Amino acid sequence: MTTILPVSSILLVTGFGLALIGLCCILLHRHLLRIIIGSSLFGTGLHIVIVATGYVTGGTAPIIDRALGPAEPGRAIDPVPSALVVTAIVIGFAVTAVMLAYAIRLHSARKTFDIGAFTESKW
Amino acid sequence: MIYRASVLFAVALLGLIFLRLAGGYAERSALRPLAEHYVSQAPLELGVSNIVTGILIAYRGFDTLGEVAVLFMVAASVGLLLRKEEAGRKYTEEGRRKPAGEIVTTGTQVLLPVILTFGAYVIVNGHLSAGGGFQGGAIVASGVMLLLLADPGTRVNAAALSVIESLAGVSYVAIGILGLVLAGGFLDPRFLPPGEAGAFISAGAIPVLSALLGIKVGAELSVIIDRFGR
Repeated sequence: MTTILPVSSILLVTGFGLALIGLCCILLHRHLLRIIIGSSLFGTGLHIVIVATGYVTGGTAPIIDRALGPAEPGRAIDPVPSALVVTAIVIGFAVTAVMLAYAIRLHSARKTFDIGAFTESKW
Repeated sequence: MIYRASVLFAVALLGLIFLRLAGGYAERSALRPLAEHYVSQAPLELGVSNIVTGILIAYRGFDTLGEVAVLFMVAASVGLLLRKEEAGRKYTEEGRRKPAGEIVTTGTQVLLPVILTFGAYVIVNGHLSAGGGFQGGAIVASGVMLLLLADPGTRVNAAALSVIESLAGVSYVAIGILGLVLAGGFLDPRFLPPGEAGAFISAGAIPVLSALLGIKVGAELSVIIDRFGR
């Protein structure tokens, strides 16, 4: 099967695009939860980019089964970025959870999610 | 206005970098040497069918242990951050928290066993097919989340979950030390026989480690979700 664009290029562009949307979201919005969503989007985009760099032309999932015999390792995609991204997703989850906890804490202190209300932390 | 313009300028610059990166990227047509080694050697050395699980649990097992420690730390810090002045909070909570509607409640009763079974399936199939401890643990925790959504009054027994989680963590490290004594190094899963590749009981200690990881991650995520729900 031939495609006009290689799969990994499509994924790279999608991932980078998501990361940019996330950055815009972080910098332009004033609402704490939207900033957290933006940072989550940024991370997701970069995860897609990392997975895309592991793609090998015509490769399949690195699982030894009917589709990929043990004698033909060349047809598998690179498993290292996939393993790294599993780690990265968990850490991303952890960071998001802590950010949300802080947001709840800030909201209970000021009764607002507007980042403009927390001026004393500005330098 | 100036802020907005400068933000857009910065984003455009980063976009330019990304564009150059994406434009200059050429898809690989062969594996890198390290990946080549993993893909060809993991099934022989470890008897594991899913190479990604082999890397996560055997080759980078110590890293995974650190990752679980991060999750544990997050559960602790979220608990610390969301610890409320109980009295004042409860008063406002009474009015806000209502059980979900009929559809969600019935759906939970139907779906919860399926979700938990699927989570267990994903956890114990990590060495054979797509899956593993982290993924399955997340699925189990999503079941807990559904339970909390359906009835916010549900009390998750956080103390029991902490005990389960600690036991799983201690067993994980104990198996790691067994690997140190009986096989090549810390968290080396090869002290159990590798078995026949593709069979359910195979790949040495990897399924055991995977199951412990799944229990630990599921319990930790459930505790975190419960703390947000309270």
